[in-house]
Amino acid sequence: MKIGMPKDGRFGDFGGKYIPETLVPAIEELEENYQKFKNDKSFQKEFDYYLKNYAGRPTPLYFAENLTKFVGGAKIYLKREDLLHGGAHKINNTLGQALLAKRMKKKRIIAETGAGQHGVATAMACSCLGLPSEVYMGYKDTVRQRQNVFRMDLLGCKVYPVKSGSQTLKDAINEAIRDWITNVETTYYLLGSAVGPHPYPVMVRDFQSVIGKEIKQQMKNIPDTIIACVGGGSNAIGTFYPMIGNGVEMIGVEAAGQGLKTGKHSATLNAGKKGVLHGMMTYLLQDSDGQIKETHSISAGLDYPGVGPEHAYLKDTGNVKYKSATDREVINAFLTLTKTEGIIPALESAHAVSQAIKVAKTKSKSDSIVITLSGRGDKDIDIVKQYLEKNAKNSR
Amino acid sequence: MPKIQDKFKELKSKNEKALISYIMTGFPNENTTLSIVRGLVNGGTDIIELGFPFSDPIADGPVIQNASTISLNKGAKIEKFFRIVKKIRKETDIPLILMTYTNVLYTHGYTKFMSRVKKSGIDGLILPDMSIEESKDYLKSAKKNNLDTIFLVSPNTNNTRLRKIVKASTGFLYMVAVFGTTGVQTKIHKYTIDSIKNAKKIVGNKLPIGIGFGVSTPSDVKKYVSVGVDAVIVGSANLNIIENTPPSKLQKRITEYTKKLKRSTRVGKAT
Ligand SMILES: Cc1ncc(COP(=O)(O)O)c(C=O)c1O
Repeated sequence: MKIGMPKDGRFGDFGGKYIPETLVPAIEELEENYQKFKNDKSFQKEFDYYLKNYAGRPTPLYFAENLTKFVGGAKIYLKREDLLHGGAHKINNTLGQALLAKRMKKKRIIAETGAGQHGVATAMACSCLGLPSEVYMGYKDTVRQRQNVFRMDLLGCKVYPVKSGSQTLKDAINEAIRDWITNVETTYYLLGSAVGPHPYPVMVRDFQSVIGKEIKQQMKNIPDTIIACVGGGSNAIGTFYPMIGNGVEMIGVEAAGQGLKTGKHSATLNAGKKGVLHGMMTYLLQDSDGQIKETHSISAGLDYPGVGPEHAYLKDTGNVKYKSATDREVINAFLTLTKTEGIIPALESAHAVSQAIKVAKTKSKSDSIVITLSGRGDKDIDIVKQYLEKNAKNSR
Repeated sequence: MPKIQDKFKELKSKNEKALISYIMTGFPNENTTLSIVRGLVNGGTDIIELGFPFSDPIADGPVIQNASTISLNKGAKIEKFFRIVKKIRKETDIPLILMTYTNVLYTHGYTKFMSRVKKSGIDGLILPDMSIEESKDYLKSAKKNNLDTIFLVSPNTNNTRLRKIVKASTGFLYMVAVFGTTGVQTKIHKYTIDSIKNAKKIVGNKLPIGIGFGVSTPSDVKKYVSVGVDAVIVGSANLNIIENTPPSKLQKRITEYTKKLKRSTRVGKAT
């Protein structure tokens, strides 16, 4: 199998469509329409138009000279997805899917969100294209990312706090799927990461691949190493996919939370086992009976016990290495990037920054590393403040 | 002959339709499960579906979600589940179906899991997130262990697909009555009646057809029986009773409710 070319919606063993029967016609309709419009010139033209004029593409590839000097190793570049409208890479996918939903004549859009970035990006794309949107968000996430809840409110999007289970991203997806089952004939489910039943992982990857394609054009030479954070894995797969087969070292970074040994993390590829959740076969954090475990991460966007099936496959084939960063390492990376470059990264993206700093130290000055800076950190300011205050107290 | 098939045959000769009762094992606790089963059997139910909880039950509404959470919080484990089934088997030979989600089977390994299931005394399986596309290994292991594989069809399942699902199904065909998750419904939709009539045409005598999701009253049962289903499946309504009845009265209350439903499955000589 050629890498990244799914057969029957599978990447090796991973992926597939494990879904309630009610969703089958909807998934088939989606697959059909995605295949049709993917290669449709007018669709692509419209998508490119909105990416450029609404979202602000292309995003710069910025040489982080200060950070490079500070670390003292390989040259570090930042792919500035944080500069996109809405503040994260999520808008690439939401514009693509909202345009598709419109062509499919869907009247109602639903989505899930973790950090709230996908919810905001959905609300924006929907406002822009004249579609009503409703978003499910874990209750815990509505509290820790309340600024994004208010942004969605302002954008005219209805937010439903989800109080079941761990009250985070996983439970928001459960609730969105239940809504979809109930309103399947009218509703388009705009899934926010490269997860879920086929064709979502492929479609989200394709819409996010603009990240990797631009990096290729913007770097004179192919970079030695490319690093992105992995929650469900959409910014990472969008970064990696166009680079596969080019001899680039690719590293995905998961959330190690309080440490892999503590069990309080969401490092699915580092510590998970194969299983079936949210319509896909992939690596999962689960117990010996297959019950999904509660996860932990300081970043709501990575707080998920599953991962996109293509990442599961790329891990097993060895094409991509998957590392992890602890909350503490992430805060340090967040502070370092903020101070050296004046760029405040999202806590999700700071996972990638943390790994890049580690790797850069071990490389020579002629080497180059690209970090996909998936989002900006305004939404995380309160969390960082709390973390620093708590730690100051503890060390007193 | 497989027990579920046998049961449908027996009922046919009596001019009755099947009442299938769903409960969640370990809800509200492990000890109660056995007395609830006694209540159901005494009330005359024909087949029992035993739910084993999964942390993320996407096809279930609030009632079964809540029961799943409580069962898990009380320490539900698959080993315990098998022990409960064995206890039930000592008291009754009523057909038993395990209803859970794919990951529970996958994690234990289909082959290993199915032989355990069979040994414990279960007769068939229902997995609401198992689509026929992904069912090859599942079907193989089930067949090897003579376990019935009961698939779900939905009001929006087209006829080509319906035929494929019928091919993969044994025991009976589970028709989902509504666009939605499990839970008590207040009305019977016309689209449900239409899809039952259509399914009967396609399925013919190949498989009994059961209707579930939202069935809760004797009048629901009568209505569905009158359009020709072979079985009615009642779930969330049982759990509501279990949740709202003091333990001392529970078994009796379940028996009374089950009797009422069962009465409505008797067609009499008219058909
Ligand atoms: C800024 C940012 N980066 C990364 C992620 C993780 O998602 P993914 O792994 O799909 O890119 C999120 C999710 O909310 C996010 O907001």
